[in-house]
Amino acid sequence: MTPKRKQRLMMVCLMLCGVGVAVAFGVNAFKQNIMLFHSPSDVAAGAVKPGQPFRVGGMVIDGSVKRSSEDLAVTFELTDHAKNIPVSFTGILPDLFREGQGIVAMGAIDEEGTFIASEVLAKHDENYMPPEVAEALEKAGKMPGTRANFDSKTVQP
Amino acid sequence: MSELMDFLSMGGYAFYVWTSYALTTIILLGIVIWSSRQLKQSRTQAIRRAQQHRKR
Amino acid sequence: MYRFADRLAPWLAGLCVLCLVAGLYLGLVVAPADYEQGDSYRIIYIHVPAAWMSMFVYVVMATSSAVFLIWRLKIADMVALASAPIGAAFTAVALLTGSFWGKPMWGTWWIWDARLTSELLLLFLYLGYLALRGALETPQSASKAAAILAIVGVVNIPIIHFSVEWWNTLHQPATITKFDKPSMHISMLRPLLLMVLAFQLLYFHNLMVRVRALILQRENRASWVAELAEKNHV
Repeated sequence: MTPKRKQRLMMVCLMLCGVGVAVAFGVNAFKQNIMLFHSPSDVAAGAVKPGQPFRVGGMVIDGSVKRSSEDLAVTFELTDHAKNIPVSFTGILPDLFREGQGIVAMGAIDEEGTFIASEVLAKHDENYMPPEVAEALEKAGKMPGTRANFDSKTVQP
Repeated sequence: MSELMDFLSMGGYAFYVWTSYALTTIILLGIVIWSSRQLKQSRTQAIRRAQQHRKR
Repeated sequence: MYRFADRLAPWLAGLCVLCLVAGLYLGLVVAPADYEQGDSYRIIYIHVPAAWMSMFVYVVMATSSAVFLIWRLKIADMVALASAPIGAAFTAVALLTGSFWGKPMWGTWWIWDARLTSELLLLFLYLGYLALRGALETPQSASKAAAILAIVGVVNIPIIHFSVEWWNTLHQPATITKFDKPSMHISMLRPLLLMVLAFQLLYFHNLMVRVRALILQRENRASWVAELAEKNHV
């Protein structure tokens, strides 16, 4: 390798390191903004004020979904396996919305601590299988968990 | 016949599934056709240049 | 090199079509519906291969740009230039199909989560690279400037890949992380791998077509180019 080429190689490496470090710092500084949603634990810790719009994400607790008989109003509770938050929403829910499923809701908390959602999005996991296989796994109690857990990435205020 | 209809309806997601596949076909086929046209063009140009060169 | 590429091309194309037909048949007809998402998950057979290729092509582009900057190999510059439009096409496919998957499943066409945003940034990197090559007057300086952009942009690749692990996103984590235990049933996984292979072959075939065109354009004064062009393809 000629000295000139060696020098160019060093230049390219230095450039990459520089940009990499800069981006790492930048991304770290804006961590809160990059997070798409807060967890119920964040909300319980007072990360957001009442009335301030934000997104909350968590699992819909089994048996907590209550639908109104007259209109499209629905209430349910979200959990990150540490804290829960009650949510109320009026509108059409996505196809994947069901108990035990992860969801992300946009809205704000009111004075009583209920999250009033204006939009509800379903979050699906990375597992794909035919219905028969899912049934069999369910019976055996071996349903695979998702790595998209809601409790590992909390943002403290 | 009903099997074909079942297949085409994609369990009610026909619009989303088939639009995705159609868009993908258009984009990928587009780039394949564009690339082969460029190669053909470059070939004819190279041949023309060679012939001109020989005349001189 | 050029002649080798010429011979290899039909084989690559044939194998690509074979994988494509097999993958589509197994994926759309044979594979069962998903237990939660029904038939809508079948978009995965184009979405995931396109998304993988969008990153793979970028790594090829950045690597050959670095090789060009250091060793001044003209062929490396051509590989980078030829890859950019193909990579942009794969990125566009990944974004569009993702959108058509997100609407029925998540309930939205688009959301500014870390995965989607960084993939959109990748599309802009490809387009910026192409614009830079077109904008600068002298081909020499355009090659160098674009190569630097390609190398700097490569930091976005790990960000795309790890975005779903580092931050809260609506996008789910990767399905295939290790080959011993993917989170997908084998009947659904097989067509996916075939489609990945098909997209990979499509890229290499297309890349070679574009690089051959660039060689013919740039080496127009070399006598072997003229000879070859006359002999083989009149």
